[in-house]
Amino acid sequence: MSFWNDPLKVAADWLMGIFTGWGMPELLAQILIGFLGVFILIALLMVVDILLVWVERKVVARFQDRIGPNRLGPFGLIQPFADIIKLLIKEDITPAGADKVVYNIAPMLSMMSVLILWAVVPLAPTMLGVDLNIGVLYIIAAGAIGTLSIIMGGWSSNNKFALIGAFRQVAVMVSFEIPMLATLLIPTILAGSMGTAAIVEGQSIWYVLLSPLGALIFLVAAIAELGRSPFDMAEGESELVSGYNIEYSGMKFGMFYAGELLHAFTFGGFLAIMFFGGYRFFGLEKVSPFLAIAVLLFKAFIGYWIIMWVKYTLMRIRIDHMLGFNWKFLTPLAFALIIVTGLMNALLADFRTPETMWIYVLGMFLSNLLLGWGALEIARSYSRRERARVEAPKPVVETAHH
Amino acid sequence: MTADQIVFIIVALVTLGAGVMVVTTRNLVHAALWLVATLFGVAVTYALLHANFLAVVQVVVYIGAIAILFIFAVMLTRKDMRDQGPQMNRNWWLGALLAVATFGGLFFLLQGWNGMSKTAAVYPSGFDAVAELGNALTSPAGYVLPFEVASVLLVAALVGAVYVAFNPRNGDSRK
Repeated sequence: MSFWNDPLKVAADWLMGIFTGWGMPELLAQILIGFLGVFILIALLMVVDILLVWVERKVVARFQDRIGPNRLGPFGLIQPFADIIKLLIKEDITPAGADKVVYNIAPMLSMMSVLILWAVVPLAPTMLGVDLNIGVLYIIAAGAIGTLSIIMGGWSSNNKFALIGAFRQVAVMVSFEIPMLATLLIPTILAGSMGTAAIVEGQSIWYVLLSPLGALIFLVAAIAELGRSPFDMAEGESELVSGYNIEYSGMKFGMFYAGELLHAFTFGGFLAIMFFGGYRFFGLEKVSPFLAIAVLLFKAFIGYWIIMWVKYTLMRIRIDHMLGFNWKFLTPLAFALIIVTGLMNALLADFRTPETMWIYVLGMFLSNLLLGWGALEIARSYSRRERARVEAPKPVVETAHH
Repeated sequence: MTADQIVFIIVALVTLGAGVMVVTTRNLVHAALWLVATLFGVAVTYALLHANFLAVVQVVVYIGAIAILFIFAVMLTRKDMRDQGPQMNRNWWLGALLAVATFGGLFFLLQGWNGMSKTAAVYPSGFDAVAELGNALTSPAGYVLPFEVASVLLVAALVGAVYVAFNPRNGDSRK
């Protein structure tokens, strides 16, 4: 058992030796090592978060045909640190009439709801915070706390725009939680477990091949859950100025902003874990846990890049369209997909041997394709009827014009 | 006292304190937020009992859906968040009597129960509580009938809600 094969266990054993050597009881030493592990993980995540600011700004610049930050340091790499110093030394304003306690708790809860997600992220075969057998539900529960933080921030700011932004955002988050949970059940069905570690272990064939439609719905629901464009109703700069975080300044705004970036990155990671094999990449993960982490981070960045690509390409959708799209299209489709996946998985169970695996994969893939095509046809005929209804000449208005 | 017991006592005190704050605070949104704290305390209690599934479902359903709905309802129906009227109505003595009677009854029942002094059985290795729960809920020998009846009840509630919101004059609920 060397450091390169199982670094966490080696480090924990080493620390345990030191602590008990100081005469510390074993239980206390264990708790202390646990806290240290959490502390180190969060510290590393925050460093990644700082870099995400730079990544986001560079990528958006490219999409908008600009260069982006390029003055401070090589490629503008020092820019995010300057941003943070700016945020830290800014005046901390609490608006008059704000509910102080709630106002101050909201940004912390927002950041927390993202950080606790990493407890169930399997970084490498031996590196996992907790192997919860309900990992999938835990992700949704963390999202619930995020929703709460937004409504707290929006209400306590004592600002109409903030409140309207919070209402819209929460309406979107509560609605899109349902297709998200439904699509998260698809890897659960395929892997036979809700645990994230078991889901990654089960993906000798990436689940995106078995359920491309599931991956797509998950991506759409995740973007809505993140409140990013085209679902960035909470911000709506043109009508709401900035949405629920309008009154926040300095580092409190920074918490919301950093939380949003890390959230997007985290969901890029979950897209990889649930549908793109997590840390697995043609046996590379077996060589060293460090390579496994690199693979996962690489995939998470690709997922993050796709989310950014969508954000900076599409324009905002109206709120009623957004909710209609969710309740009338995405949610029924996600539920139909669960039924189809469950049925096909049971029907083709006999083909899950190495020789006939291709029949199983092809069957799952085609059933997904068929369902997606059928759903699109229904949506198309509905939109055709709706367009005809809207465009139909209205006699009263017509005569008034002539 | 073991570490588990200390954690339990702290969690129980916080939960009870938050519960008292729900009914005593004047600001309705604060009451809803204290309710969130109470529900979260219950979730932590479940987690302490190794009922992970219940703990997470408690957070998803009660905090993620019901508490948010409460907050929405309060914000959409009230102009002023502060409650001005008296906090008790004239049936307070009946409520107090019921509370005391329930507490006394439970206390009396649990006096004769020998489970208090026992330590919880440890799960055998490889025991998957969630899988057991899922099997119990879907097997005919288990709880499949109550489970389905509960689903029918929820569907009935949904249909009822749609009926109440439905505007028969226009033929649909849209204006």
